[in-house]
Amino acid sequence: MASTENQQDLYADPSETSQGKVFTVTGQDWDSITQGLGDAADERVVVNMGPQHPSTHGVLRLILELEGETVTEARCGIGYLHTGIEKNMEYRSWVQGTTFCTRMDYLSPFYNEATYVLGVERLLDIEDDIPEKAQVMRVLLMELNRISSHLVAIATGGMEIGALTVMTIGFRERELVLDLFELITGLRMNHAFIRPGGVAQDLPPGALDEIRDFVSLMRKRLPEYAALCNANPIFKARLEGVGHLDLAGCLALGLTGPPLRSTGYAWDLRKTQPYCGYEDYDFDVQTWDTADAYGRFRVRLAEMDESLRIVEQAAKRLADLEGAPVMVGDKKIAWPSQLSIGSDGMGNSLDHIRHIMGESMEALIHHFKLVTEGFRVPAGQAYVPVESPRGELGAHVVSDGGTRPFRAHFRDPSFTNLQATSVMSEGGMVADVIVAIASIDPVMGGVDR
Amino acid sequence: MSNPQDNPSDKPETAHVDQPAVEQSPENLPAPGGEGTEVRSAGQRRGMFGVSGTGDTSGYGGLVSPIVFPSPSQRPYGGWFDEVADALEARLRQTDLTAAIESVVVHRGEITFHVRRDDLPFVAQMLRDDEALRFEFCSGVSGVHYPDDTGRELHAVYHLLSMTHNRRVRLEVSCPDGDPHVPSLVSIYPTIDWHERETWDMFGIVFDGHPAMTRILMPDDWPGHPQRKDYPLGGIPVEYKGGSVPPPDQRRSYN
Repeated sequence: MASTENQQDLYADPSETSQGKVFTVTGQDWDSITQGLGDAADERVVVNMGPQHPSTHGVLRLILELEGETVTEARCGIGYLHTGIEKNMEYRSWVQGTTFCTRMDYLSPFYNEATYVLGVERLLDIEDDIPEKAQVMRVLLMELNRISSHLVAIATGGMEIGALTVMTIGFRERELVLDLFELITGLRMNHAFIRPGGVAQDLPPGALDEIRDFVSLMRKRLPEYAALCNANPIFKARLEGVGHLDLAGCLALGLTGPPLRSTGYAWDLRKTQPYCGYEDYDFDVQTWDTADAYGRFRVRLAEMDESLRIVEQAAKRLADLEGAPVMVGDKKIAWPSQLSIGSDGMGNSLDHIRHIMGESMEALIHHFKLVTEGFRVPAGQAYVPVESPRGELGAHVVSDGGTRPFRAHFRDPSFTNLQATSVMSEGGMVADVIVAIASIDPVMGGVDR
Repeated sequence: MSNPQDNPSDKPETAHVDQPAVEQSPENLPAPGGEGTEVRSAGQRRGMFGVSGTGDTSGYGGLVSPIVFPSPSQRPYGGWFDEVADALEARLRQTDLTAAIESVVVHRGEITFHVRRDDLPFVAQMLRDDEALRFEFCSGVSGVHYPDDTGRELHAVYHLLSMTHNRRVRLEVSCPDGDPHVPSLVSIYPTIDWHERETWDMFGIVFDGHPAMTRILMPDDWPGHPQRKDYPLGGIPVEYKGGSVPPPDQRRSYN
């Protein structure tokens, strides 16, 4: 049904292309291409894959030039998920900024918040005043987030090569992490929980028990992934040697995270440039030496084990920190109230309402000013990157001394790492393009922002 | 209604005199930096609630405060900053390019080199290749638009990382709105390809020498560069007698 004669393509009229015929293929009708080509023995085909395609990790558009089944050129088209988050942040207060940036890379929201908040705290010069409990809770949430993010990377990567069981068990375990997030922050994603000065809420009662249960369950379940995949001949055949990129290539193209560590270079910002007190935790940086998709899979799998170790240590420290503050002491920065559950749902704590409405006019004014106007951040710029599950995630935060960010730019690892698509997939099979991209693990929300 | 006082244009001149804020009286101003440091003001903040003229009923509309960014630092910069600056200056002296570094700002434990834009590729190449510097990793470029910083409205900010020495520096170049050109660094740091395209897309900075300077996030036929401060923002029409919610930069807000 699809051929140049009888179907008009709204977007690429045959007369508009400079060379070759245009076929619009929408499903299982590839035969129409072979029929349409006839005896013309030209094997060179340019395929537009996406932006809506189940194997492209969101709305990523790939333009592939094929010679038979070999990819000769691969290019990415991005921007389909651009929502102007950086621009929007310029019209909100510094605290409200967290609610915007948490939505960028939706699989690792805590990292988006953390890098932004660390930049703001550096400009405020309160880095040393953040309470210990807030730092430990940040580490705890970030490491749980690393587990959930790596689980999605492995799950969707498995699904795209047909290993459906890897997908189902990956999402099964991720659900447990999201339940923990819901218990601690109230939301499964878009938390806006890490705030300038600390975190939004104290741990709810019973959270530490749930975390311990989760850790012991994951200790049993993570080996299942290893047993299912590590030596699986089909899995290895699809992943080994695919998407190869060595250390020099990674540095030139700016790749960080699992792709960099799969070359054998143990670069991890948690070790090399610690933030949030990572230097106090005992963990190892995981590497592999094959620099391919299989190596990246093994790095991610091993990193989940390391994250469990950190979560365990953080939970242990939190048990000793019951009742400790989770927000900086400076009342000109700290959000004035905590949330609590009342008879009509969640809202500001009743004690706080009683205080500002019945006892102290100054407290009411203070609450009003801090909530509506926010605080001022001294003029300057800061860049405090964190090690997100995908690599170096950094926020370039610029203040002009006002109550709103003058500019916030996010260096998202998905955006940078996706540039390696061409070099990873050109010269390989078209089926390996999917594996290569899955091994980069791009999240389009972070790429397009 | 006939009282002339109601007509703003008839108000006496004194009503429009800008009064410096109390915070700006000499005893409240921050101590000036070292001798000879130049404090550059990059614009002014006026009023308190983002309104001016007759709409301002707060009485704070006359407040004026300068926007001052951290001023250039003097030696010693402290820690390894001096080692990097020394190595950089030594190499620049060999090539007669001592003027390439316009100023150095050390603020909140981060060092920023303001580089003359024509010399940017040379400085970046040196930072990457010199044994004492070895900034082999570029995190990308980020544009910043300072509409009131006359003659240097557009800034391009690069974050470089030396994995060898575990150090970070920031390079900053500026260019005027009328001539928004900055040399491309793609040949030195290939990773900056998409970042430069994004900065062109969002700010209209043209990176000369980039292999394919096209839009990347916005549609190819999009007019304008959305993250510039002068980019017009749309309001939101509401279904009430043709009314609309004003665009965010025209709403009443703290500033």
